[in-house]
Amino acid sequence: MKVQSIEDLKKIKEESASSLKLREEGFQVSGEETCGLEKGTEHIQVLTCGGTGCKASESAAIAGNMIACLKEFGVVDKVDVITTGCFGFCEKGPIVKILPDNTFYTKVKPEDAAEIIKEHVIGGRRVERLLYVDPETNASVSDSKHMNFYRKQVRIALRNCGLIDPENIREYIARDGYSALADCLLGKTPAEVIDIVKRSGLRGRGGAGFPTGNKWEFASKSVSDIKYVVCNADEGDPGAFMDRSIMEGDPNSILEAMAICGYAIGAKYGLIYVRAEYPLAIHRLQTALTQARELGLLGDNILGTGFSFDITIRYGAGAFVCGEETALIHSMEGKRGEPTLKPPFPAVEGYRKYPTNVNNVETWANIPVIFQKGPEWFASIGTEKSKGTKVFALAGKINNVGLIEVPMGTTLREVIYEIGGGIKDGKQFKAVQTGGPSGGCLTEKHLDIPIDYESLTAAGSMMGSGGMIVMDEDNCMVQVARFYLGFIVEESCGKCSPCRIGNKRMLEILDRIVAGKGTVEDLDTLENLAKVIKDTALCGLGQTSPNPVLSTLANFRDEYMEHVVEKKCRAKQCTSMLDYVIDPDKCIGCHLCAKNCPVGAITGELKGKHVIDPAKCIKCGTCMGNCRLKAITLK
Amino acid sequence: MENNKISCEALAKVKAICSAHNNDAGELINILHETQNTLGYLPHEVQSLVAECLGVPATRVNGVVSFYAFFTEKPKGKHPISVCLGTACYVRGSEKVLDEVKKVLGIEVGETTPDGRFSLDCLRCVGACGLAPVMTIDGKVYGNVDPKNVKKILESDEYKD
Repeated sequence: MKVQSIEDLKKIKEESASSLKLREEGFQVSGEETCGLEKGTEHIQVLTCGGTGCKASESAAIAGNMIACLKEFGVVDKVDVITTGCFGFCEKGPIVKILPDNTFYTKVKPEDAAEIIKEHVIGGRRVERLLYVDPETNASVSDSKHMNFYRKQVRIALRNCGLIDPENIREYIARDGYSALADCLLGKTPAEVIDIVKRSGLRGRGGAGFPTGNKWEFASKSVSDIKYVVCNADEGDPGAFMDRSIMEGDPNSILEAMAICGYAIGAKYGLIYVRAEYPLAIHRLQTALTQARELGLLGDNILGTGFSFDITIRYGAGAFVCGEETALIHSMEGKRGEPTLKPPFPAVEGYRKYPTNVNNVETWANIPVIFQKGPEWFASIGTEKSKGTKVFALAGKINNVGLIEVPMGTTLREVIYEIGGGIKDGKQFKAVQTGGPSGGCLTEKHLDIPIDYESLTAAGSMMGSGGMIVMDEDNCMVQVARFYLGFIVEESCGKCSPCRIGNKRMLEILDRIVAGKGTVEDLDTLENLAKVIKDTALCGLGQTSPNPVLSTLANFRDEYMEHVVEKKCRAKQCTSMLDYVIDPDKCIGCHLCAKNCPVGAITGELKGKHVIDPAKCIKCGTCMGNCRLKAITLK
Repeated sequence: MENNKISCEALAKVKAICSAHNNDAGELINILHETQNTLGYLPHEVQSLVAECLGVPATRVNGVVSFYAFFTEKPKGKHPISVCLGTACYVRGSEKVLDEVKKVLGIEVGETTPDGRFSLDCLRCVGACGLAPVMTIDGKVYGNVDPKNVKKILESDEYKD
């Protein structure tokens, strides 16, 4: 069947509404009561996470075992097992959620499936051992709404992730999906559509934060019969996975938004440039495209309005620089992903020389809601210049690793300590890195700044695509800077010399410093080089590439000084500056270390105390790995 | 040029892939993806053939192959290993996992073991950051990898042949 009118769309919404009602209510009401089929509950839904993280931990087998168990008990018609997108709480995955009581099970294994069905779904008794335990109170929490991880979150871009079945377009329609497109096509002029996006204050979520409405306006003003709408899904920032989660959990929101943009700027063609490393996201996008075409929500003459729009998928091939829009366009044309100077901007001369509007996945995911709830509603969330919410991939040395969405203006402290649950293993917080390889490391003194585009830039970092990596006392900041620079050197396309040669030289200096051969002058050279690269590199990647070095130099200069003057690494990560030492109180003289030492640096009689000769030691760590009494330490 | 010649059958498949994309040079990356999926890698002989089909210089094809990390000119081992060096894995010690894999197999990144069983690569984020550090073998994700367990994983029966 093809959707020909707004009534057809409403009909599909009504047909699918009952299936979603249970889930929508579960997300609103407080469901501390346990319920099961034996206790009279008529219908139960079991949601399992089908995101990449949980799938890696066999969530598909969990769903399979559950269905088998339901069949065994003959209750398969009373229980729906639904695979959704990511719930966000990846640290505790795989996650299984049961409705209507909204019970949230964590770290579920395939062999737990039968117990959950027998005990909870049928008997109405919670499986206590699989519930989330609050690390502060040590009490188990069954309803995700009452977990600190979720309490402060506001989910707009992620509104459907972990709620709907991403491979069923009808569930998206039941959540008012495609109503914004229908509303625009049937009741608004392209200029009105652009005006709404402008008034919402939405800014690009890919990094730079350019106002989305203005970008659309530029593309709309270019005169051409052929124009393109592009979705930048080349999420290359290591440690960031928000775009992948949206594509996997709510692919239709991207398609709908791109069609709205097509109408606004006068484009008939859409392209999604997605990383080849994301096979599941690609599969979900393809499924969504097929279903949207079947319903006539993409293709020719959408909703009988005469507007035609269709989307094809282009694959990336593993190049970070392709996140830069001119490089991305060249890559889509089958060329090396090298950036070119702007202007001309893609809005004037983009894909195959036609006007092109490029937006990032998360930006697209915000568009349909802005039309459903109004630009004023969206603009009421966030800070003066940064509206709405931002999704972050919280990772590193933090208790609650996962995907979170918070209003702009939330502080780093709230994110790290309240949502993130603080630092892992009770260690000391040292730094938080935002903005990926183009961003910077912020410290304790920055924890109370509100998260928005301007504040993060002023503090020497940037919003970036939303990676947020937390580091503790065991991370050496010189090594962290070296890690990011290593990434940049590998990913530099080589077109302009500041980036190609300058970053390589900086990496060599950092290599020297961590090898204990650095000098104080090296720090000045680093700083000078960094500034030159920032001023002279061709594209965004090169211009921001020195940020991790500059921000660590600014915030952790004492640590650099220790490395170059005292030849010390306080985090004990730079092994060349450390000595392996045997604790005489713990050594029992088993001789295992001496036997395995490749250079004969360890001496001692059997059952006597052993010592390591630092002059001979090559710091390979073999002795430490062999000592069963943990008598060997780095000092 | 490689020593091992590509079979005529394989070359015919490459031609078919190119013509399915209308021999359009704008489709080069999609063509290379499909070719690598079919043959496992992109030797020079195949790159020259693609160039011929699309009517572009072989240097243009090689320029693209060598630019993108996803494309490989060497055949992979039977069980490709990738250690994640994304930031989340890095701060949780994936470099030590990588060192251990190198030590156990006696190969460097980008190399294949002499018996052709394993090849080693790095990648940047599979998105399983909650399980960091992570490595994958044959696409199967191993989470929370402790360097001490690397040897045991590599010696497991799954990867015996």
